Amino acid sequence: MSNPTLLKSSIGKKLLMSITGMFFVLFLLFHAAMNAVHIFSPEAYNEVCEFLGANWYALVGTSVIALGFIIHIAYGTILTIQNRKARGADRYDSEVRPASVEWASKNMFALGVIIFVGLILHLWMFWSKMQFAEIANIPLDAEIGASSYADGSSFIMYWFSKPWVVITYMVWLVAIWFHLTHGFWSMFQTMGLNNKTWMSRLRCLSDIIATIICVAFAAVIIAAFCMSL
Amino acid sequence: MEVQNLNLTLKVWRQKGPKEQGHFETYSLQNISPNSSFLEMMDVLNEQLINEGKEPVAFDHDCREGICGMCSMYINGEAHGPDDHVTTCQLHMRKFKDGDTITVEPWRSAGFPVIKDLIVDRSAFDKIMQAGGFVSVNTGGVPDGNAIPIPKPNADEAMDAASCIGCGACVATCKNGSAMLFVSAKVSQLALLPQGKVEAARRAKAMVAKMDELGFGNCTNTGACEAECPKGVSITNIARLNREFLCAKFVD
Ligand code: SF4
Ligand code: FES
Repeated sequence: MSNPTLLKSSIGKKLLMSITGMFFVLFLLFHAAMNAVHIFSPEAYNEVCEFLGANWYALVGTSVIALGFIIHIAYGTILTIQNRKARGADRYDSEVRPASVEWASKNMFALGVIIFVGLILHLWMFWSKMQFAEIANIPLDAEIGASSYADGSSFIMYWFSKPWVVITYMVWLVAIWFHLTHGFWSMFQTMGLNNKTWMSRLRCLSDIIATIICVAFAAVIIAAFCMSL
Repeated sequence: MEVQNLNLTLKVWRQKGPKEQGHFETYSLQNISPNSSFLEMMDVLNEQLINEGKEPVAFDHDCREGICGMCSMYINGEAHGPDDHVTTCQLHMRKFKDGDTITVEPWRSAGFPVIKDLIVDRSAFDKIMQAGGFVSVNTGGVPDGNAIPIPKPNADEAMDAASCIGCGACVATCKNGSAMLFVSAKVSQLALLPQGKVEAARRAKAMVAKMDELGFGNCTNTGACEAECPKGVSITNIARLNREFLCAKFVD
Protein backbone atom coordinates (compact mmCIF):
# COMPACT_ATOMS: atom_id res chain seq x y z
CA MET A 1 0.00 0.00 0.00
CA SER A 2 1.15 3.48 -0.78
CA ASN A 3 0.32 4.66 2.67
CA PRO A 4 1.87 2.84 5.65
CA THR A 5 -0.47 4.40 8.21
CA LEU A 6 -3.55 3.25 6.32
CA LEU A 7 -3.22 -0.36 7.47
CA LYS A 8 -2.78 0.73 11.07
CA SER A 9 -6.17 2.43 11.02
CA SER A 10 -9.42 0.58 11.68
CA ILE A 11 -10.88 1.60 8.33
CA GLY A 12 -7.72 0.57 6.47
CA LYS A 13 -7.86 -2.94 7.95
CA LYS A 14 -11.51 -3.18 7.07
CA LEU A 15 -10.72 -2.06 3.53
CA LEU A 16 -8.40 -5.03 3.24
CA MET A 17 -11.20 -7.29 4.47
CA SER A 18 -13.54 -5.94 1.82
CA ILE A 19 -11.05 -6.11 -1.06
CA THR A 20 -10.20 -9.74 -0.28
CA GLY A 21 -13.90 -10.43 0.31
CA MET A 22 -14.82 -8.94 -3.06
CA PHE A 23 -12.23 -11.15 -4.63
CA PHE A 24 -13.79 -14.27 -3.06
CA VAL A 25 -17.24 -13.39 -4.29
CA LEU A 26 -15.85 -13.25 -7.82
CA PHE A 27 -13.96 -16.49 -7.25
CA LEU A 28 -17.06 -18.21 -5.87
CA LEU A 29 -19.17 -17.04 -8.80
CA PHE A 30 -16.59 -18.50 -11.17
CA HIS A 31 -16.25 -21.71 -9.16
CA ALA A 32 -20.04 -22.15 -8.99
CA ALA A 33 -20.42 -21.55 -12.73
CA MET A 34 -17.66 -24.04 -13.45
CA ASN A 35 -19.23 -26.68 -11.20
CA ALA A 36 -22.65 -26.15 -12.71
CA VAL A 37 -21.19 -27.39 -15.98
CA HIS A 38 -20.93 -30.80 -14.33
CA ILE A 39 -24.71 -31.14 -14.09
CA PHE A 40 -25.00 -30.89 -17.85
CA SER A 41 -21.79 -32.46 -19.07
CA PRO A 42 -19.18 -34.23 -16.94
CA GLU A 43 -16.89 -34.31 -19.99
CA ALA A 44 -16.97 -30.56 -20.43
CA TYR A 45 -16.35 -30.22 -16.70
CA ASN A 46 -13.24 -32.38 -16.98
CA GLU A 47 -11.97 -30.19 -19.79
CA VAL A 48 -12.23 -27.19 -17.46
CA CYS A 49 -10.34 -29.19 -14.80
CA GLU A 50 -7.68 -30.03 -17.35
CA PHE A 51 -7.33 -26.36 -18.20
CA LEU A 52 -6.95 -25.49 -14.48
CA GLY A 53 -4.55 -28.33 -13.67
CA ALA A 54 -0.85 -28.19 -12.88
CA ASN A 55 0.20 -25.37 -15.17
CA TRP A 56 1.84 -22.17 -14.16
CA TYR A 57 -1.09 -19.80 -14.60
CA ALA A 58 -3.45 -22.02 -12.62
CA LEU A 59 -0.78 -22.31 -9.92
CA VAL A 60 -0.35 -18.54 -9.80
CA GLY A 61 -4.12 -18.26 -9.50
CA THR A 62 -4.18 -20.77 -6.66
CA SER A 63 -1.41 -18.90 -4.83
CA VAL A 64 -3.22 -15.58 -5.18
CA ILE A 65 -6.40 -17.13 -3.80
CA ALA A 66 -4.45 -18.67 -0.92
CA LEU A 67 -2.83 -15.32 -0.13
CA GLY A 68 -6.25 -13.65 -0.22
CA PHE A 69 -7.58 -16.21 2.25
CA ILE A 70 -4.65 -15.74 4.59
CA ILE A 71 -5.12 -11.95 4.60
CA HIS A 72 -8.88 -12.22 5.09
CA ILE A 73 -8.50 -14.69 7.97
CA ALA A 74 -5.55 -12.89 9.60
CA TYR A 75 -7.18 -9.47 9.53
CA GLY A 76 -10.57 -10.90 10.48
CA THR A 77 -8.93 -12.38 13.55
CA ILE A 78 -7.04 -9.19 14.46
CA LEU A 79 -10.20 -7.09 14.11
CA THR A 80 -12.26 -9.55 16.16
CA ILE A 81 -9.70 -9.59 18.98
CA GLN A 82 -9.61 -5.77 19.03
CA ASN A 83 -13.40 -5.65 19.05
CA ARG A 84 -13.71 -8.00 21.99
CA LYS A 85 -11.29 -5.80 23.88
CA ALA A 86 -13.21 -2.66 22.95
CA ARG A 87 -16.42 -4.27 24.16
CA GLY A 88 -14.87 -4.74 27.57
CA ALA A 89 -15.08 -7.49 30.13
CA ASP A 90 -18.47 -6.44 31.54
CA ARG A 91 -21.43 -7.90 29.70
CA TYR A 92 -25.04 -6.79 29.78
CA ASP A 93 -27.37 -8.80 31.93
CA SER A 94 -30.11 -8.54 29.35
CA GLU A 95 -29.71 -7.70 25.68
CA VAL A 96 -32.24 -7.34 22.87
CA ARG A 97 -31.26 -7.71 19.21
CA PRO A 98 -33.14 -5.04 17.23
CA ALA A 99 -35.20 -6.56 14.39
CA SER A 100 -33.23 -4.64 11.75
CA VAL A 101 -29.95 -6.26 12.78
CA GLU A 102 -29.19 -9.36 10.69
CA TRP A 103 -28.19 -12.41 12.68
CA ALA A 104 -25.27 -13.06 10.32
CA SER A 105 -23.80 -9.60 10.92
CA LYS A 106 -23.24 -10.42 14.58
CA ASN A 107 -21.75 -13.84 13.89
CA MET A 108 -19.39 -13.25 10.98
CA PHE A 109 -16.38 -14.58 12.87
CA ALA A 110 -18.11 -17.77 13.99
CA LEU A 111 -19.43 -18.31 10.47
CA GLY A 112 -15.91 -17.66 9.18
CA VAL A 113 -14.55 -20.38 11.46
CA ILE A 114 -17.10 -22.89 10.15
CA ILE A 115 -16.24 -21.91 6.58
CA PHE A 116 -12.54 -22.30 7.32
CA VAL A 117 -12.99 -25.81 8.73
CA GLY A 118 -15.10 -26.73 5.71
CA LEU A 119 -12.43 -25.32 3.45
CA ILE A 120 -9.72 -27.50 4.97
CA LEU A 121 -11.90 -30.55 4.43
CA HIS A 122 -12.68 -29.46 0.88
CA LEU A 123 -9.02 -28.89 0.04
CA TRP A 124 -8.13 -32.30 1.40
CA MET A 125 -10.91 -34.02 -0.57
CA PHE A 126 -10.21 -32.38 -3.89
CA TRP A 127 -7.23 -30.07 -4.23
CA SER A 128 -4.69 -32.22 -2.33
CA LYS A 129 -5.60 -35.19 -4.53
CA MET A 130 -5.78 -33.25 -7.80
CA GLN A 131 -3.66 -30.19 -8.61
CA PHE A 132 -1.45 -30.61 -5.54
CA ALA A 133 -0.94 -34.35 -6.01
CA GLU A 134 0.09 -33.72 -9.59
CA ILE A 135 2.74 -31.10 -8.84
CA ALA A 136 3.99 -32.98 -5.77
CA ASN A 137 4.16 -36.28 -7.66
CA ILE A 138 1.80 -38.06 -5.28
CA PRO A 139 0.18 -41.09 -6.93
CA LEU A 140 -3.54 -40.94 -7.70
CA ASP A 141 -5.79 -42.11 -4.89
CA ALA A 142 -6.78 -45.53 -6.26
CA GLU A 143 -9.99 -45.75 -4.23
CA ILE A 144 -11.48 -42.76 -6.04
CA GLY A 145 -11.00 -44.40 -9.41
CA ALA A 146 -10.11 -41.26 -11.34
CA SER A 147 -8.42 -41.71 -14.68
CA SER A 148 -6.16 -38.67 -14.21
CA TYR A 149 -5.46 -35.81 -11.79
CA ALA A 150 -7.83 -33.64 -13.80
CA ASP A 151 -10.68 -36.17 -13.84
CA GLY A 152 -12.74 -33.91 -11.58
CA SER A 153 -15.96 -35.66 -12.42
CA SER A 154 -14.80 -38.92 -10.82
CA PHE A 155 -13.85 -37.03 -7.68
CA ILE A 156 -17.28 -35.42 -7.54
CA MET A 157 -19.06 -38.73 -8.10
CA TYR A 158 -16.91 -40.49 -5.52
CA TRP A 159 -17.32 -38.00 -2.68
CA PHE A 160 -20.90 -36.97 -3.23
CA SER A 161 -22.18 -40.52 -3.27
CA LYS A 162 -21.53 -40.51 0.48
CA PRO A 163 -24.42 -39.09 2.55
CA TRP A 164 -22.13 -37.69 5.28
CA VAL A 165 -20.20 -35.70 2.71
CA VAL A 166 -23.41 -34.32 1.23
CA ILE A 167 -24.73 -33.30 4.65
CA THR A 168 -21.42 -31.71 5.69
CA TYR A 169 -21.31 -29.72 2.46
CA MET A 170 -24.87 -28.51 2.94
CA VAL A 171 -24.00 -27.21 6.42
CA TRP A 172 -20.96 -25.56 4.90
CA LEU A 173 -23.03 -23.92 2.18
CA VAL A 174 -25.53 -22.59 4.71
CA ALA A 175 -22.65 -20.98 6.62
CA ILE A 176 -21.30 -19.52 3.38
CA TRP A 177 -24.76 -18.21 2.50
CA PHE A 178 -25.10 -16.36 5.81
CA HIS A 179 -21.55 -15.02 5.58
CA LEU A 180 -22.18 -13.70 2.07
CA THR A 181 -25.56 -12.10 2.83
CA HIS A 182 -23.82 -9.78 5.25
CA GLY A 183 -20.40 -9.67 3.64
CA PHE A 184 -21.48 -8.57 0.19
CA TRP A 185 -23.23 -5.29 1.02
CA SER A 186 -20.87 -4.77 3.91
CA MET A 187 -17.87 -4.46 1.62
CA PHE A 188 -19.52 -1.65 -0.36
CA GLN A 189 -20.34 0.09 2.90
CA THR A 190 -16.72 -0.22 4.07
CA MET A 191 -15.37 1.10 0.78
CA GLY A 192 -17.70 4.07 1.19
CA LEU A 193 -19.74 3.10 -1.86
CA ASN A 194 -23.15 3.34 -0.25
CA ASN A 195 -25.87 5.88 0.42
CA LYS A 196 -29.57 6.05 1.32
CA THR A 197 -30.70 4.96 -2.15
CA TRP A 198 -28.24 2.12 -2.54
CA MET A 199 -28.50 0.68 0.97
CA SER A 200 -31.62 -1.38 0.31
CA ARG A 201 -30.53 -2.26 -3.23
CA LEU A 202 -27.17 -3.58 -2.06
CA ARG A 203 -28.77 -5.55 0.76
CA CYS A 204 -31.17 -7.12 -1.70
CA LEU A 205 -28.35 -7.85 -4.13
CA SER A 206 -26.42 -9.53 -1.28
CA ASP A 207 -29.21 -12.02 -0.75
CA ILE A 208 -29.50 -12.67 -4.49
CA ILE A 209 -25.77 -13.25 -5.03
CA ALA A 210 -25.44 -15.43 -1.92
CA THR A 211 -28.43 -17.49 -3.04
CA ILE A 212 -27.19 -17.91 -6.62
CA ILE A 213 -23.78 -19.06 -5.44
CA CYS A 214 -25.05 -21.48 -2.81
CA VAL A 215 -27.88 -22.91 -4.90
CA ALA A 216 -25.49 -23.57 -7.80
CA PHE A 217 -23.06 -25.44 -5.54
CA ALA A 218 -25.85 -27.36 -3.83
CA ALA A 219 -27.42 -28.35 -7.16
CA VAL A 220 -24.18 -29.96 -8.35
CA ILE A 221 -23.84 -31.92 -5.12
CA ILE A 222 -27.45 -33.08 -5.09
CA ALA A 223 -27.35 -34.00 -8.77
CA ALA A 224 -24.21 -36.08 -8.19
CA PHE A 225 -25.77 -37.77 -5.16
CA CYS A 226 -28.93 -38.63 -7.13
CA MET A 227 -26.91 -40.01 -10.01
CA SER A 228 -24.98 -42.25 -7.61
CA LEU A 229 -28.16 -43.85 -6.22
CA MET B 1 -60.13 8.70 32.49
CA GLU B 2 -58.92 6.48 35.23
CA VAL B 3 -55.28 5.49 34.80
CA GLN B 4 -53.92 2.53 36.65
CA ASN B 5 -50.68 3.24 38.45
CA LEU B 6 -47.86 0.72 38.21
CA ASN B 7 -46.21 -1.45 40.81
CA LEU B 8 -42.75 -2.38 39.63
CA THR B 9 -39.66 -4.34 40.56
CA LEU B 10 -36.39 -2.68 39.62
CA LYS B 11 -33.11 -4.47 39.14
CA VAL B 12 -30.51 -1.73 39.20
CA TRP B 13 -26.73 -1.92 38.75
CA ARG B 14 -24.93 -0.53 41.79
CA GLN B 15 -21.22 0.16 41.73
CA LYS B 16 -19.44 2.26 44.34
CA GLY B 17 -16.63 3.49 42.12
CA PRO B 18 -14.63 2.91 38.94
CA LYS B 19 -12.48 0.14 40.38
CA GLU B 20 -15.13 -1.46 42.58
CA GLN B 21 -16.97 -4.67 41.84
CA GLY B 22 -20.56 -3.87 40.84
CA HIS B 23 -23.72 -5.90 41.47
CA PHE B 24 -27.48 -5.78 40.92
CA GLU B 25 -29.76 -4.52 43.67
CA THR B 26 -33.49 -5.23 43.56
CA TYR B 27 -36.04 -2.61 44.65
CA SER B 28 -39.80 -2.55 44.60
CA LEU B 29 -41.68 0.60 43.73
CA GLN B 30 -45.39 1.24 44.25
CA ASN B 31 -47.85 3.53 42.62
CA ILE B 32 -45.87 4.91 39.69
CA SER B 33 -47.89 7.02 37.27
CA PRO B 34 -47.79 5.69 33.71
CA ASN B 35 -47.57 9.32 32.60
CA SER B 36 -44.29 9.92 34.35
CA SER B 37 -40.99 9.65 32.54
CA PHE B 38 -38.43 6.98 33.28
CA LEU B 39 -36.19 9.52 35.03
CA GLU B 40 -39.10 10.71 37.19
CA MET B 41 -39.60 7.10 38.20
CA MET B 42 -35.89 6.96 39.10
CA ASP B 43 -36.40 10.14 41.17
CA VAL B 44 -39.18 8.41 43.10
CA LEU B 45 -36.86 5.47 43.71
CA ASN B 46 -34.14 7.78 45.00
CA GLU B 47 -36.59 9.60 47.32
CA GLN B 48 -37.55 6.23 48.70
CA LEU B 49 -33.90 5.21 49.18
CA ILE B 50 -33.05 8.49 50.91
CA ASN B 51 -36.04 8.08 53.24
CA GLU B 52 -34.80 4.60 54.08
CA GLY B 53 -31.37 6.07 54.84
CA LYS B 54 -29.78 4.37 51.85
CA GLU B 55 -27.49 5.70 49.16
CA PRO B 56 -29.50 6.97 46.13
CA VAL B 57 -28.75 5.61 42.65
CA ALA B 58 -26.32 7.85 40.76
CA PHE B 59 -27.38 8.52 37.17
CA ASP B 60 -26.60 11.18 34.56
CA HIS B 61 -29.28 13.60 33.40
CA ASP B 62 -29.52 17.24 32.54
CA CYS B 63 -32.03 18.70 30.06
CA ARG B 64 -34.73 16.05 30.48
CA GLU B 65 -36.07 16.90 27.04
CA GLY B 66 -33.96 14.78 24.72
CA ILE B 67 -31.32 17.29 23.67
CA CYS B 68 -28.32 16.96 25.95
CA GLY B 69 -27.67 13.23 25.63
CA MET B 70 -26.73 12.75 29.28
CA CYS B 71 -29.36 10.23 30.36
CA SER B 72 -27.48 7.03 29.59
CA MET B 73 -29.31 3.92 30.78
CA TYR B 74 -29.49 0.43 29.34
CA ILE B 75 -33.06 -0.58 30.11
CA ASN B 76 -34.30 -4.15 29.64
CA GLY B 77 -31.52 -4.90 27.18
CA GLU B 78 -31.83 -1.74 25.08
CA ALA B 79 -30.10 1.61 25.18
CA HIS B 80 -32.70 4.17 26.37
CA GLY B 81 -35.24 1.38 26.83
CA PRO B 82 -37.97 -0.14 24.70
CA ASP B 83 -39.23 2.90 22.78
CA ASP B 84 -37.75 3.96 19.41
CA HIS B 85 -36.05 7.29 18.75
CA VAL B 86 -36.23 8.54 22.32
CA THR B 87 -33.75 9.20 25.08
CA THR B 88 -34.32 7.82 28.59
CA CYS B 89 -35.77 11.15 29.76
CA GLN B 90 -38.33 10.93 26.92
CA LEU B 91 -39.30 7.36 27.74
CA HIS B 92 -42.71 7.12 29.36
CA MET B 93 -43.63 4.63 32.05
CA ARG B 94 -46.71 3.67 30.01
CA LYS B 95 -44.31 1.58 27.93
CA PHE B 96 -44.24 -0.82 30.89
CA LYS B 97 -46.91 -2.98 32.45
CA ASP B 98 -48.01 -3.31 36.05
CA GLY B 99 -45.91 -5.96 37.79
CA ASP B 100 -42.97 -5.71 35.35
CA THR B 101 -39.40 -6.26 36.43
CA ILE B 102 -37.16 -3.66 34.82
CA THR B 103 -33.40 -4.17 34.50
CA VAL B 104 -31.36 -0.95 34.50
CA GLU B 105 -27.66 -1.08 33.62
CA PRO B 106 -24.98 1.47 32.76
CA TRP B 107 -23.51 1.69 29.23
CA ARG B 108 -21.03 -1.18 29.13
CA SER B 109 -18.08 -0.61 26.84
CA ALA B 110 -14.35 -0.39 27.43
CA GLY B 111 -14.41 3.16 25.99
CA PHE B 112 -16.96 4.26 28.62
CA PRO B 113 -15.75 3.10 32.05
CA VAL B 114 -18.29 3.22 34.89
CA ILE B 115 -17.73 6.08 37.33
CA LYS B 116 -20.51 5.19 39.74
CA ASP B 117 -23.75 3.16 39.50
CA LEU B 118 -25.27 4.16 36.15
CA ILE B 119 -22.86 7.01 35.39
CA VAL B 120 -20.15 6.36 32.83
CA ASP B 121 -17.22 8.45 31.65
CA ARG B 122 -17.91 9.61 28.10
CA SER B 123 -15.05 12.08 27.91
CA ALA B 124 -13.58 9.96 25.09
CA PHE B 125 -16.19 11.59 22.84
CA ASP B 126 -14.91 15.04 23.82
CA LYS B 127 -11.39 13.97 22.93
CA ILE B 128 -12.56 12.82 19.49
CA MET B 129 -14.34 16.16 18.98
CA GLN B 130 -11.24 18.08 20.01
CA ALA B 131 -9.25 16.15 17.42
CA GLY B 132 -11.22 17.61 14.54
CA GLY B 133 -14.96 18.00 15.07
CA PHE B 134 -14.92 21.74 14.40
CA VAL B 135 -14.58 24.38 11.69
CA SER B 136 -11.68 26.81 12.05
CA VAL B 137 -12.76 30.40 11.53
CA ASN B 138 -10.87 33.63 11.19
CA THR B 139 -11.97 36.33 13.53
CA GLY B 140 -13.76 39.25 11.94
CA GLY B 141 -17.27 40.18 11.02
CA VAL B 142 -20.01 37.55 11.00
CA PRO B 143 -20.58 36.49 7.37
CA ASP B 144 -24.10 36.63 5.94
CA GLY B 145 -25.70 33.19 6.31
CA ASN B 146 -27.36 33.43 2.91
CA ALA B 147 -24.17 34.38 1.08
CA ILE B 148 -23.23 30.73 0.51
CA PRO B 149 -25.86 28.75 -1.40
CA ILE B 150 -26.30 25.16 -0.14
CA PRO B 151 -28.38 22.57 -2.00
CA LYS B 152 -31.44 21.49 -0.04
CA PRO B 153 -30.59 17.74 0.01
CA ASN B 154 -27.15 18.52 1.47
CA ALA B 155 -28.62 20.87 4.03
CA ASP B 156 -31.10 18.16 5.04
CA GLU B 157 -28.51 15.43 5.33
CA ALA B 158 -26.16 17.70 7.26
CA MET B 159 -29.01 18.56 9.63
CA ASP B 160 -29.88 14.89 10.13
CA ALA B 161 -26.26 14.13 10.98
CA ALA B 162 -26.10 17.18 13.23
CA SER B 163 -28.99 15.84 15.28
CA CYS B 164 -26.50 13.55 17.05
CA ILE B 165 -26.48 14.48 20.72
CA GLY B 166 -23.37 12.51 21.64
CA CYS B 167 -25.26 10.24 24.01
CA GLY B 168 -23.10 7.19 23.29
CA ALA B 169 -25.99 4.75 22.80
CA CYS B 170 -24.33 3.66 19.56
CA VAL B 171 -21.16 2.60 21.37
CA ALA B 172 -23.13 1.05 24.22
CA THR B 173 -25.19 -1.04 21.81
CA CYS B 174 -22.41 -2.06 19.43
CA LYS B 175 -21.08 -5.57 19.97
CA ASN B 176 -17.70 -4.21 18.84
CA GLY B 177 -17.76 -1.13 21.07
CA SER B 178 -17.36 0.96 17.94
CA ALA B 179 -17.85 4.72 17.88
CA MET B 180 -18.28 4.90 14.11
CA LEU B 181 -21.87 6.17 14.12
CA PHE B 182 -20.97 9.08 16.38
CA VAL B 183 -17.79 9.94 14.48
CA SER B 184 -19.52 9.59 11.12
CA ALA B 185 -22.31 11.94 12.22
CA LYS B 186 -19.79 14.54 13.33
CA VAL B 187 -17.71 14.20 10.17
CA SER B 188 -20.79 14.23 7.92
CA GLN B 189 -22.51 17.28 9.36
CA LEU B 190 -19.48 19.37 8.41
CA ALA B 191 -18.28 17.57 5.27
CA LEU B 192 -21.66 18.14 3.63
CA LEU B 193 -21.46 21.91 3.98
CA PRO B 194 -19.15 24.29 2.10
CA GLN B 195 -17.86 25.80 5.34
CA GLY B 196 -16.78 22.39 6.64
CA LYS B 197 -15.62 20.98 3.31
CA VAL B 198 -12.33 22.90 3.46
CA GLU B 199 -11.00 20.88 6.37
CA ALA B 200 -12.91 17.66 5.61
CA ALA B 201 -9.90 15.48 4.78
CA ARG B 202 -7.87 16.53 7.79
CA ARG B 203 -10.90 16.20 10.05
CA ALA B 204 -11.75 12.64 8.94
CA LYS B 205 -8.16 11.47 9.44
CA ALA B 206 -7.74 13.16 12.82
CA MET B 207 -11.05 11.97 14.27
CA VAL B 208 -10.60 8.37 13.09
CA ALA B 209 -7.03 8.32 14.42
CA LYS B 210 -8.25 9.56 17.81
CA MET B 211 -11.12 7.07 17.85
CA ASP B 212 -8.69 4.19 17.14
CA GLU B 213 -6.20 5.47 19.68
CA LEU B 214 -8.86 5.56 22.40
CA GLY B 215 -9.55 1.87 21.81
CA PHE B 216 -13.01 1.96 20.26
CA GLY B 217 -13.72 -1.15 18.18
CA ASN B 218 -13.89 -1.74 14.45
CA CYS B 219 -17.29 -1.37 12.83
CA THR B 220 -18.63 -4.57 11.24
CA ASN B 221 -21.79 -2.96 9.83
CA THR B 222 -24.30 -4.71 12.07
CA GLY B 223 -26.48 -1.59 12.16
CA ALA B 224 -27.38 -2.05 15.83
CA CYS B 225 -26.21 1.54 16.49
CA GLU B 226 -28.67 3.00 14.01
CA ALA B 227 -31.52 0.95 15.50
CA GLU B 228 -30.85 2.26 19.00
CA CYS B 229 -29.80 5.83 18.20
CA PRO B 230 -32.36 8.19 19.77
CA LYS B 231 -31.96 10.56 16.84
CA GLY B 232 -32.15 7.97 14.08
CA VAL B 233 -28.70 8.85 12.72
CA SER B 234 -28.26 6.61 9.65
CA ILE B 235 -25.35 4.27 9.01
CA THR B 236 -25.10 5.77 5.53
CA ASN B 237 -23.11 8.41 7.40
CA ILE B 238 -20.60 5.64 8.17
CA ALA B 239 -20.27 4.98 4.44
CA ARG B 240 -19.59 8.69 3.98
CA LEU B 241 -16.97 8.65 6.74
CA ASN B 242 -15.26 5.63 5.12
CA ARG B 243 -15.30 7.47 1.79
CA GLU B 244 -13.91 10.69 3.24
CA PHE B 245 -11.24 8.84 5.19
CA LEU B 246 -10.10 6.55 2.37
CA CYS B 247 -10.02 9.38 -0.18
CA ALA B 248 -8.00 11.52 2.22
CA LYS B 249 -5.55 8.67 2.83
CA PHE B 250 -5.11 7.91 -0.87
CA VAL B 251 -4.48 11.56 -1.66
CA ASP B 252 -1.57 11.58 0.84
S1 SF4 C 1 -25.03 8.78 16.79
FE1 SF4 C 1 -26.97 8.55 17.88
S2 SF4 C 1 -26.53 7.02 19.45
FE2 SF4 C 1 -24.55 7.77 18.72
S3 SF4 C 1 -23.99 9.42 20.09
FE3 SF4 C 1 -25.07 10.37 18.36
S4 SF4 C 1 -27.24 10.47 19.02
FE4 SF4 C 1 -26.21 9.05 20.40
S1 FES D 1 -31.51 14.31 30.12
FE1 FES D 1 -30.89 15.44 28.32
S2 FES D 1 -31.32 14.00 26.77
FE2 FES D 1 -32.13 13.00 28.52
